[in-house]
Amino acid sequence: MENKTEMESANLFASGIKDGIPVGLGYFAVAFALGITMKNAGITPLQGFLISALNNASAGEYAGVTMIAAHATLLETAMMVLTANARYLLMSTAFALKLSPKTKLWERVLMGFDLTDELFALGIRQKGYIAPKYYFGMMSVAIPGWAFGTMFGIIFGALLPARIVSALSVALFGMFLAVIIPETRNSRVIAVIVVCGFFFSWLASVLPGIREISEGVRMLVITIVISVIAALVHPVEEEENKA
Amino acid sequence: MSYPVQQMIVMTVVTFLVRIIPLTILRKPVKNRFVRSFLTYVPYVSLAVMTFPAILHATGSVYSGAAAFVVGIVLTWNRASLLKTAAGCCLAVLIVEWLI
Repeated sequence: MENKTEMESANLFASGIKDGIPVGLGYFAVAFALGITMKNAGITPLQGFLISALNNASAGEYAGVTMIAAHATLLETAMMVLTANARYLLMSTAFALKLSPKTKLWERVLMGFDLTDELFALGIRQKGYIAPKYYFGMMSVAIPGWAFGTMFGIIFGALLPARIVSALSVALFGMFLAVIIPETRNSRVIAVIVVCGFFFSWLASVLPGIREISEGVRMLVITIVISVIAALVHPVEEEENKA
Repeated sequence: MSYPVQQMIVMTVVTFLVRIIPLTILRKPVKNRFVRSFLTYVPYVSLAVMTFPAILHATGSVYSGAAAFVVGIVLTWNRASLLKTAAGCCLAVLIVEWLI
């Protein structure tokens, strides 16, 4: 019995590694591009490695690095990172419901540490409760892919020809689009708020008097205003598990 | 402590707390409809706001940035994977910058 349980948990970890490989590879490529942005913000390879290994967040890290580059205050950075990562509040809530009540606190904390869009999607796809061992398997590939990708981006980004760097620097935006655009097909409200986000962000960047405000604060205010209006005008459906 | 290190700590702590607080404390879904709605919309708006117009100024020219934006939307609209989308955007920039 003891052996059987051990074998099962080894299998779960292995299958997590297997599912984590494509995610880790994708992370490496996108993190490389993020590393180039970090280098431009004056971040060292070791700092970049640590930021990525500890944050595991594309949008959050990008937001934070933008704030560092703009010499924002610590409070401004905290607010911006909070906004960029606010979706994890929702994911974390949904994820909590996919965990067995027996899941230990340290397991919850460790999984939460690497609750990314992609691993969340893979985890939530599991039938029944998510096995922490499976999730740890995915993390063991995803975190190194992300952290080393960032470090290599900072180190080698400078050695690449300008054209290649220019091309790679849009990879992260591609990743952002991959999170938001598919949902605009399913929800008219999301389509409208995404277009409003694009438009008002652009407008704020060109209007005299407003464009002088720091980029981070502009982004923060626009995000909160549009989301509050959308939530008031078009609240999400009541709990769908009524049936 | 240097400025980037202070900022790194702030980023890490905020990110970590956002992810683990609901996971460790909340064992029931969020009830308040406004809060749930707000939390549903925030990710989409914040990513949209961070993408545009920043993508236009990320490359060597506004045109290649715009090309990447359009290609990215077309690809993701057709549900291309994360990796394919990122590659497509990069390729769009390479091609446009090679042409101009």
